[in-house]
Amino acid sequence: MNETIPATPPPTLTPDERDDLRRQGILLTSLEELYNWGRSHSVWPLNFGLACCAIEMIAASMARFDIARFGSEVFRPSPRQADLLIVSGTVTKKMAPHVVRLWNQMPEPKYCIAMGACAISGGPFKQGYNVLKGIDRFIPVDIYIPGCPPRPEALLNGLVQLQQKIRGQPLTGADAPRHLRSDDPCDCPVPELGANDIEPSHTPALWSAPALPRPDKG
Amino acid sequence: MEALEVLRERLCARFSGIEVALIPNASPSGQSSLLLSGSGLREVAYFLRDDPALRLDQCSNVTGVDWPEREVVDTVKETQPGAPGEAPTIVERKIKRTEPGCLEVVYHLYSIALRQGPLVLRLRTGNRTDAVTVPSFTPVWRSCEFQEREVFDLFGVVFEGHPDLRRILMWDAFKDHPMRKDYVEPDDYEWEPTPHGDVLAKARKHYPVPMAPGATDDPATAGKISE
Repeated sequence: MNETIPATPPPTLTPDERDDLRRQGILLTSLEELYNWGRSHSVWPLNFGLACCAIEMIAASMARFDIARFGSEVFRPSPRQADLLIVSGTVTKKMAPHVVRLWNQMPEPKYCIAMGACAISGGPFKQGYNVLKGIDRFIPVDIYIPGCPPRPEALLNGLVQLQQKIRGQPLTGADAPRHLRSDDPCDCPVPELGANDIEPSHTPALWSAPALPRPDKG
Repeated sequence: MEALEVLRERLCARFSGIEVALIPNASPSGQSSLLLSGSGLREVAYFLRDDPALRLDQCSNVTGVDWPEREVVDTVKETQPGAPGEAPTIVERKIKRTEPGCLEVVYHLYSIALRQGPLVLRLRTGNRTDAVTVPSFTPVWRSCEFQEREVFDLFGVVFEGHPDLRRILMWDAFKDHPMRKDYVEPDDYEWEPTPHGDVLAKARKHYPVPMAPGATDDPATAGKISE
């Protein structure tokens, strides 16, 4: 599929020139831009909360912070209808296979936000025996929102960042999103619950242990 | 509520097969407790619930304590007769003995009807390996059900007569009991910027920093990676 569609030619107009034309009432756009603009303004999150971060997520969806301003007010109770998985809170090892399974059940195009310190790295519970050290070990994360928990404004900012990311996605070529490519498998392997830990502890294709700076090794 | 000494006498007089020991608590809370042992302890629980002077109708908390085997040093003073014409000397002798380990279950009982409590009950298992059974109080107080499952899950106490004794927090295939003192957690430490305490010990094991000549093993700097 990638070979048959030629890469998008570089735009001949700069964004400034196009803004000038827009002020004159002339709208110039491309299919890619229109498509991504539409997608980015109706990101439907999965109705899924794990811990205290979920309370902030609920607050963001209510009248005071009003996530509906950004087109994401439709929290779907089914992963089949959701575009966005907000991992909001501590992922215990017992819960990790279920989170990955939910992700696999979501149709492409789909995005993942790791909300709060726990979802990013395990947070204050990182060295605990029953807490996953970050959901990015098993599913690809698009946006990380630090905080413990993050304010609703931070979640809204993360959502805006995600919208920018969606709007910047080319529809063709090697950087095309997963749902437009056939070479990228969409399913993430689901870990097993073992006798003492989850197995495997991470998906090697997605995550590897950080390399430490060692001044003595040059 | 009546004093624990009085209650202890009453229980001992009424039930023949049990032993009741009073464990004092000298802390400001002053919550002394009763250690029950023997057979037919569930009858004691029914009595505590139904006795008109007690009516302990709510079990608010069930928790566990792990007492591993430990070495206790007893100091014994002995009087030795001195030489003729001198006073006898007092010699202190230290005797080491090993106190066997056990698992303990603690119940906090309140009376909503009479607005009194708590009464703290303790049950102990025979050891930490094979004799880990205590009677379940779930038939007496329904609120014990999930909490006894939690004690079973995290400490490994088996509650005899529990209607549904399964793990509640860890998954079913899990093998150990994480709240026991000798639990060995998965060896999955990862580097973090500011380790301290137990985490620092793990950090040193997993990310040993070669020491410069003349450097000391200072806990304040060890385990940290310089920029």
